[in-house]
Order: sequence, then C-alpha cells, then structure tokens
Amino acid sequence: MLNQLPLYEQAILTLAALILFTSFALLAQQRVLSMIHVFVWQGLLLAITTALVAYDSSATHLYYSAGLTLGLKVILIPWLLHRLVHRLNIHRQPHVVKHPSMVLMIAAALVIFAYYVTLPIHQLSVSITRNTIAISMSVVLLGMLMLITRNKAVSQVIGFMSLENGLFFAAVAATHGMPMVVELGVAFDVLVAMVIFGVFFFHIRDSIDSLDVDRLNRLAEHDQ
Amino acid sequence: MNGLLAMIQAIAFIVLAPLFASWIRRVKCVLQNRRAPALLQPYRDLAKLFSKQTLLSYNASPLFRVAPYLIAGATLLAAAVVPLLAVKLPTAAIADVIVLAGFFSLARFFLALAGMDVGTAFGGMGSSREMTLSALAEPAMLMAVFTLAMVAGSTNLSTVIDQILRDGLALRPSLLFALLSLTLVAVAETGRIPVDNPATHLELTMIHEAMILEYSGRHLALIEWASQLKLMIYGVLIANIFFPWGIATEFTPGALLIAVLAITAKLGVLGIALATGETVLAKMRLFRVPSFLTLALILALIGLLSHIILEVA
Repeated sequence: MLNQLPLYEQAILTLAALILFTSFALLAQQRVLSMIHVFVWQGLLLAITTALVAYDSSATHLYYSAGLTLGLKVILIPWLLHRLVHRLNIHRQPHVVKHPSMVLMIAAALVIFAYYVTLPIHQLSVSITRNTIAISMSVVLLGMLMLITRNKAVSQVIGFMSLENGLFFAAVAATHGMPMVVELGVAFDVLVAMVIFGVFFFHIRDSIDSLDVDRLNRLAEHDQ
Repeated sequence: MNGLLAMIQAIAFIVLAPLFASWIRRVKCVLQNRRAPALLQPYRDLAKLFSKQTLLSYNASPLFRVAPYLIAGATLLAAAVVPLLAVKLPTAAIADVIVLAGFFSLARFFLALAGMDVGTAFGGMGSSREMTLSALAEPAMLMAVFTLAMVAGSTNLSTVIDQILRDGLALRPSLLFALLSLTLVAVAETGRIPVDNPATHLELTMIHEAMILEYSGRHLALIEWASQLKLMIYGVLIANIFFPWGIATEFTPGALLIAVLAITAKLGVLGIALATGETVLAKMRLFRVPSFLTLALILALIGLLSHIILEVA
C-alpha cells in the first residue's frame, strides 16, 4: 500500500510521474526557449530522483551520477543550447507542431505500450524503482516521438537529449546506475554531440538558408 | 435525523453560495487596490432582482420562460448530493460523480438553448462558445473522475472521500495530477479568468454572460444564483476530495462543528487562490482555450497512467 512506504519512496514515484509530464510538455512546446526551460526542469527532477534512489538503496556512486546529471543536463547543455539559439537568431520563430492533438494521443499510446513491454521486469524486480522502469521507457519513446514529429533541427536536438535522459533514468531504475566508466563515457559523448550539433547547424543554415530539416530532402533550391 | 441533516446541508449550500462568490470578489478587490463592496452585497443584488419585473421578448418561446427554473433546479440537485459537511448521508446514495456531471450537462443544455431562443446574435455566439468549451472540458473532467474512481474503487463521491480519508496522508501522483486537471476544468466550467471574465461588459468577449443577456428580474436572479452555486460546488469538490481532513464521518455535534470550521477554512483558502490566479493571469483568446483544456486532459491522463503504472503494487 502506498501509505506504508516511507516518504522519500513516495517522493520517487511522484517525481517519476512529474518527469513523464515534462516529456509530454516538451512535445507540446512551440517556442524553442520554452523547450529548453522544460528540458532543464526534466534534468533537475531527474537529478533529485537519482539522489533519492541513492539515499534509498545506499548506492553512493549514484550521488556522483546525480551530480553529473545536474552539471551537464541542467547547467552546461542548456547553456550551450541557449547560446546557440541566440546566435542562430531563431528564438523569435515559432516552431510549429503539426497536429498537436494527434501527437499527444500517440504519446499516450506509447506510454501504455512501454508499460505493457516492461510488465515482465515489473513482476520480477524487488526494488522500489520497479514501477518507474515503465516511466523511463516511455520517456525514451517520447523523446523518439519528438525526433519524428518535429522538423526544426534544434527541436530534434532537444528530443535527442530527452531520449538520453530517459536512458539514464532507465539505468537508475533498473540496475541502480551503470558502471562509472560507462556513465562518464555516455555523458561526454552527449556533450561532444552537442558541440558538433552547434557547428553543424551553422553549416546547414549557410547551405539551405533555414533550419527546417525537411528542406534537406530537396535537390535544387528553386524546387517546390 | 440523517435526512434532516442532509436537508440542512443542502440549504447551507444554497444560502452560502453567494457568500463564497462575494469572498472571491473581495480578495480580488484587495489585491487590485480597489474598495470592495460589502460582503453581503450579492444577497441584496438577488433580492433586488427578485422584486423587479421580468421583461420577455415578443418572440420568446415557452422554453425561455421555463429554462431558469430548470437550470436552478438541476444545479440545486447537484448541490444536494455533494458532501459539504458529512459523508455517508442518505443523499450519498445518488452522489455518483458521473450523475453530477450529468446534472451540470442538463443545466448547461438548457442554458445554451435559452441563449439561442430569442434569436439575438450575442446569445447564439455565447451558446456556441459554451458548447465548444464544455465539449472539450467534459473528457478532461471524466478522466480525472476515472482516476479518482480507480484510486478509491467506486465512483460514489461519499465512498471516494471516505476511502481517501482512511488511506491517510500519502503522496500520490495520481491524485496530484487529478487535482491539477480538475482545477483547470473548474476554471473553464465556472467561467473564470483565464477562460472567461465574469465581470466583463464587452459582449464580444463573453461566454456565459452572453447567453443570459436577455434575462431580467426573477429569471436572472435564479440563473445568477445557479452560477454562484456551481462555483461553490466545484470549490467544495476540490476541497473535500483532495483535502478531506475535517469532514465529519459520524453525526455528533462536535464532528459537525469541526466540519463547518474545516470547510470554511478550505473554501477561504481556495477563494484566495482563485482570486490570486484571476489577478495574475490575463484572459486567453478564445482560440487558445482548446489547448488549455488539452492540457487538463493530458494531466488527467498522466494521473490515470501513473496510478496504473506506479501505484498498483
């Protein structure tokens, strides 16, 4: 029963639900600066959840993971994205979502699918975080949905970062963290990917004069 | 004895509804640095309206004359079943949340018909806007209701409150999201800022008031009272379902006194929160209200999903 769990375990469940909510909120944002802010909230909630799981299962290496998430996902990468957006001068353009209601319905279906897929793990695991494995899988799937449904490059990058958030959350929930080497490797991979995206966006914009990824499909500039 | 208590509770609802609306108005005036009208002013307004002559348009149908009584009657029935002071009253047998939604739909149906009845442009506009917003708000409200039903195991309001009271203090994500969703739906259904300004005089921005522009006298008094009653019903629902501590589970005078104090305090805090929200937010343009209600639906959906995924052991 829920009220027999200690408070911090209830807090872990509530924070997991809030992280799922931030994933939904990312799908619905129309302005890129709001997307970055929601991404910051997702990273912050993830860091707090990791710290609580570390306290609950006495796995001290998770405190370092929480600190790494905080430094990277809450401070460094959003700052880089912010700087990139201001330099590209796209913070005043609306990044329109086509058919937002349908995207949100597909997102709900993906959450149910993730729950269905992780049911066997749910029944076998004994830790408090076994319920949150479904949530972390749905965060991954919703990050992929954001990659599919958005056609502006910066929105796709944020979807990619949110996908990585989901993977990190899945690692924390299923196995209480990855080996530290793997985790540092993934974290710096994401950081380097961010820097390379920044350079790429300037090149894309120089060659096709916009950051709309759909226009990369066209061969000649005067076509369509 | 219990029947008498149920009747006293219903009368308390009807008598105190204008007071709740007046409290919200008073807090709003204090926040906006204006001088508030007296706390009992809505009663004087209603008395004035009841004594005035009702003017009917020459092409008003019988529906126009009957609608205020139907609206007031349906809202009164809804008020009679919502637990204000005590759970497990005799009226709790029909206190199903879906029945409550049905009562509100009945009132809204006749209000929309009455708005279109005389054939004025503003009435038709108000009716169509009201129907659009309620068609979007109903799924969100029902989804939140289903979340509550899954948490407590029943759609009966009395059982839900009793169950949540017995479960004790627990941080449930499903109830948190259901609370947020119901708050947004309540703002949309009772016609407060950011969906509709209840104090506007500009007809092109009206939703609820546009439907009642043609009414006067006792008809207008009944409809105004019904809308104040609806606001209080939503307030009591939010206060008593999600923060049920203080409600009387047995019918001793001590428990009932504590229940009266508790509901007064809870409604006072809710009034302050609503007035603060109204002062801080601006009214949204009409075409943005569907995304506001989609947010309510998504919150309720996440509440339901987090109950199934996170809380069922």
